[in-house]
Amino acid sequence: MNDQPRTMTPVGSAASAIAAGRDAAVAALASAGEAGTPVRFVGAGTKLGWGVPVSDPEVTEIRTEGLDRLLEHNEGDLTAIVEAGLPLAEAQRAFADADQELLLDPPDSDGAATIGGVIAAGDSGPLRTRYGGPRDLVLGVQVGLSDGSVARAGGKVIKNVAGYDLSKLFTGSLGSLGLILELSLRLHPKPPATATAAGGTTDPSVLAAAALELAKAPLEARCLDLRFGGGDGALLARFGGAAPRSGAEAAARVMKRAGLQTSVVDSDDEIWERQREGQRSLAGTALRVSTLPSRFGDLLSAAQRLGARVVARTGLGLAWVVLEDRSAAEAAEAVGELRRQLSPAPCTVLEAPAAVRSLIDPWALPAPGPLALMQRVKDRFDPAGVCRPSLS
Amino acid sequence: MELLDELRRIAGAEHLLTHHQQLRTYESDGLLQYAASPRAVVLPGSADEVRKVVGACHAAGVPWVARGAGSGLSGGALPVEEGILIALTRMRRILDVNLDDARVTVEPGVTNIEVSNAVAPTHTYPPDPSSQIVCSIGGNVAENSGGAHCFKYGFTSNYVTGLEVVLPDGELLWLGGEELDPAGLDLTGAFVGSEGTLGVATKAILRVIPAPEAVRTLVAFFSSPTHAGEVVSGIVSQGIVPAAIEMMDNLSIQAAEGATGAGYPTDAGAALVVEVDGREDECEERFDVIVALCEEAEADSIRVAADEAERGVIWKTRKAAFAAMGRISPNYFVQDSVIPRTKLAEVLGQIDDLASEHELRVANVFHAGDGNLHPLVLYDASVEGEPERAEELAGLIVKACVEAGGSITGEHGVGVDKKRYMPDQFAEPDLAAFQRLRCAFDPDGLANPGKVMPTPRLCGEVPGPYRRHPLEEAGLAERM
Repeated sequence: MNDQPRTMTPVGSAASAIAAGRDAAVAALASAGEAGTPVRFVGAGTKLGWGVPVSDPEVTEIRTEGLDRLLEHNEGDLTAIVEAGLPLAEAQRAFADADQELLLDPPDSDGAATIGGVIAAGDSGPLRTRYGGPRDLVLGVQVGLSDGSVARAGGKVIKNVAGYDLSKLFTGSLGSLGLILELSLRLHPKPPATATAAGGTTDPSVLAAAALELAKAPLEARCLDLRFGGGDGALLARFGGAAPRSGAEAAARVMKRAGLQTSVVDSDDEIWERQREGQRSLAGTALRVSTLPSRFGDLLSAAQRLGARVVARTGLGLAWVVLEDRSAAEAAEAVGELRRQLSPAPCTVLEAPAAVRSLIDPWALPAPGPLALMQRVKDRFDPAGVCRPSLS
Repeated sequence: MELLDELRRIAGAEHLLTHHQQLRTYESDGLLQYAASPRAVVLPGSADEVRKVVGACHAAGVPWVARGAGSGLSGGALPVEEGILIALTRMRRILDVNLDDARVTVEPGVTNIEVSNAVAPTHTYPPDPSSQIVCSIGGNVAENSGGAHCFKYGFTSNYVTGLEVVLPDGELLWLGGEELDPAGLDLTGAFVGSEGTLGVATKAILRVIPAPEAVRTLVAFFSSPTHAGEVVSGIVSQGIVPAAIEMMDNLSIQAAEGATGAGYPTDAGAALVVEVDGREDECEERFDVIVALCEEAEADSIRVAADEAERGVIWKTRKAAFAAMGRISPNYFVQDSVIPRTKLAEVLGQIDDLASEHELRVANVFHAGDGNLHPLVLYDASVEGEPERAEELAGLIVKACVEAGGSITGEHGVGVDKKRYMPDQFAEPDLAAFQRLRCAFDPDGLANPGKVMPTPRLCGEVPGPYRRHPLEEAGLAERM
C-alpha cells in the first residue's frame, strides 16, 4: 500500500507513532488521555489536512495499519465486519467475489484509503445517491476512548434500534470523539452490468434545470451527477440492476426534453472515476458544498463567474467545487464569494494549499447552540480533550 | 402547585389536564401491560410553548415524558409517576412541502400517512410502520420507526435531515436542516431513535422520494416457514432487493384470515408476501424471477395482485396480524427481536422447542428480508401461572435472538419493556458510552427517565466539581 500521504497540507511531525494493532492503539490513547497530550488518528493519511489539522509537536500519532482484517463477510446477510485500518479497495475486492459491494466510493485513486478513515471523515462518492451516505451504511461501531474504555454500539443486523445510534455520531466526526476500531457494515448486491446516460450543454442554467427534472423522475438511478467547468457541462445518470440500458435510455429521454445533447454509454467506468476524482484537487482548493437541488442554478453560475469546476450529486444537493490556477489571495476571495452566494449552505474547505488555508476558516461553523451541544458531546466522550483538540 | 400554574399559563387552562379521569387516557401507550398516571398532561400548541413547558419542568426539577399518538409498543411513552406528560397531538401542521428538493417540514403530531399523502402522487415517504394511519412523526423520530418496506428503503433515520428540538434544559435549537452533511457532529443521527431521552422534537425536516413507477405484489403459501425461507434466500442470492418480504406462520394466517376474510388457506404453514417496485420493465423481470423461485420452493399456491385493490387486501391482511391475535388468544406478548436473516430456520426451530417446553403457542409475523421477527407469545391471563410462563418464554426468545448475533429490538424501541434485556446485548462499557451521550443532552436526567437504560444512572459533571443530584440525595439512584 502507498505510504505517502497525499494530503497537500503539512500536518507536522509527531512526537511518537503507534502502529501495532488494537491493544496498542487502545493503550496509547489511554496513556495520552492520562497525560493530557494530543493524539492524531491516521489510516492511510489521505485526508489528514481536512478541517483544522492536528499539528501540535507533542502529538502522538495512532495508526490503524495493524488493524486491517476483514473479520466477517456474511454473504447471505449482506453484512460485513471490518477493522478500521482495512483499505476500502481491498474490502471491495473481497465483497465483489460474492457479487456484493459496500456502496461507498469516495475518491481513492491509489486504493489506499482505509474504511475507518473514510467513515471517520464522512467521505462519499457517486454511489451515495441510491442507498444513502456513509452514515446510512454503518450498522455498528467499536470505538476506543481517551479514558481507556472500549465500547460498542449498534450490531451486525441491518435493523436494530437498541441503544443510541453512536455509529452515526462517530461517522464524520473526524476523530474528535475517539478512535474507530471496528465497523459493522451493510452491503448490497453488485449489479452485473451498468449503463450511463450523459447529457451535455454549455448553458449552466439549462444544466441545473435538467438536473432538477431528472432527480424528480422515478427512475431509480444508481448514480445521478453533474459536472461543470471550462464552459462545458454534463448531466450523468448511471443504472445497474436487471435492465440498465433501458433505464439509461429513459433518463436520456428526460435529458433530451430538457434540452441536453444525449448519449448512452455501456462501458461507463471511466466517466464515474472522473466524477470521483473531481471531488479532489492536487494543487488547488477543494470545497464541499451542502446545498439543495433547487439551488444548483446559483451554484453553477457562481462557479462559472469564478472559473471553478464542479462535481455534484444532483438528487442530494451535495457539490464539490474546485478552485485552481490562481493565487492564494484569489482562491481565498473565491471561497468567501461562494459562501456569500450560496448562504446558508455550508461550504467546507477540504483541501487547500497552506497559503490559502492561512487566509480562511476551513469550517462552515454551525450556529452557537448546536456548536455548544457538540462541545458537550465531545467533553463526555473525550473528557481528557486529547482527540483532535484543535476542533474545540 | 406552582409548576402546574405555570404550565396552565403557558399552554392555556384548557390544555392542562389534571383530573384523574382525563389522565387515564394517557396512562399507557400501545403496550397496555404498563400503566402509570402522570401528575398532569400538558398539550402545547407550538414549539415556543414546548420550550417554555420543558424549561418550567427543568426549573422545578420535575421529570417529563413526551408523547405523540401513543401507539408505541415498548412503553416508551409510559408516563413517569408525579412527572409531566407532554402530548404533542395539537402540533399537527405540515409547514412546508418542497418537491423540487424532496423535503417536507412538519410538526411532530403529523401522522406518518399524512406525510405520504402530502407529497402524493409524485412522491412518497418510505418508512411505513403498520400503525401509519395513527402514529405521529414525532414518535417515529423518537423510535426510529421502520415498517414493511425498510428492507429496500431504510428507516426513519435515513429520511430525517433536520430537527428542531427542545433540549431538557429548555433550549430550542436546530440539529441539521434541509441540506445533507451539515458541518460538525451528526447530532440529528444521534437524536433519531433516542426514545425521547435526549429532548423533544418540535419540527422535523423529512426527505421524500419519487414514487416508484410500478409495483408488483404477490402472496405465496407454503407447507412450512422453512420452504418460504428458501425463497427469501433465493431472492437475496439473485441480487434482488424487493421493496418488502414479509412472512406469516400458520397461527398468524389463521388470526389474520379471521379478521379480513381475504380467502387465505388456514391450513398453510407459511404465507410469504413479496413486493417489488421500481421501473416498469425492471419490476416485471424481477417479479418473474420471484414467481419462479416460489414455484421451485414448492409453493402450494401463489396469488398475484391483479390491481391496487387486490394489493390492498394482501397488505391489510398482513398489517392486521397483530390486532387479529385476539381471535385466537385472549392475551399475547409481542417481541421485536432481530436475527441475521440466514439464522432464520435455526432460530424458528429454537422458538418451537421453547414454546413446547413452556406449553404455550407462539405465532410469528416477520420482516423476513431484514430478519426482524415479531414472535407473539399467546397466553390466557385468567389461567394461573400462564402470564409468568409467557413472559419467561418471551424473554428466552429475545435471548436466543441475541445469541444468534441479533438485537433485542428492530423497530419498536427499548422503552421500559426491553430495558432489562439491554445487558444481554451490550456490555457495561457500551452502556456507559450510551450514558455519555445522554448526559451531554440531559445532565439532570429529566427527559423520559427510566427508559432504555437497564438501571438508573446519574451524570457526573464534566468538567467541574462534583455536585450531588437531587435523586441521589433522595436515595433513589446511585452514581456510577
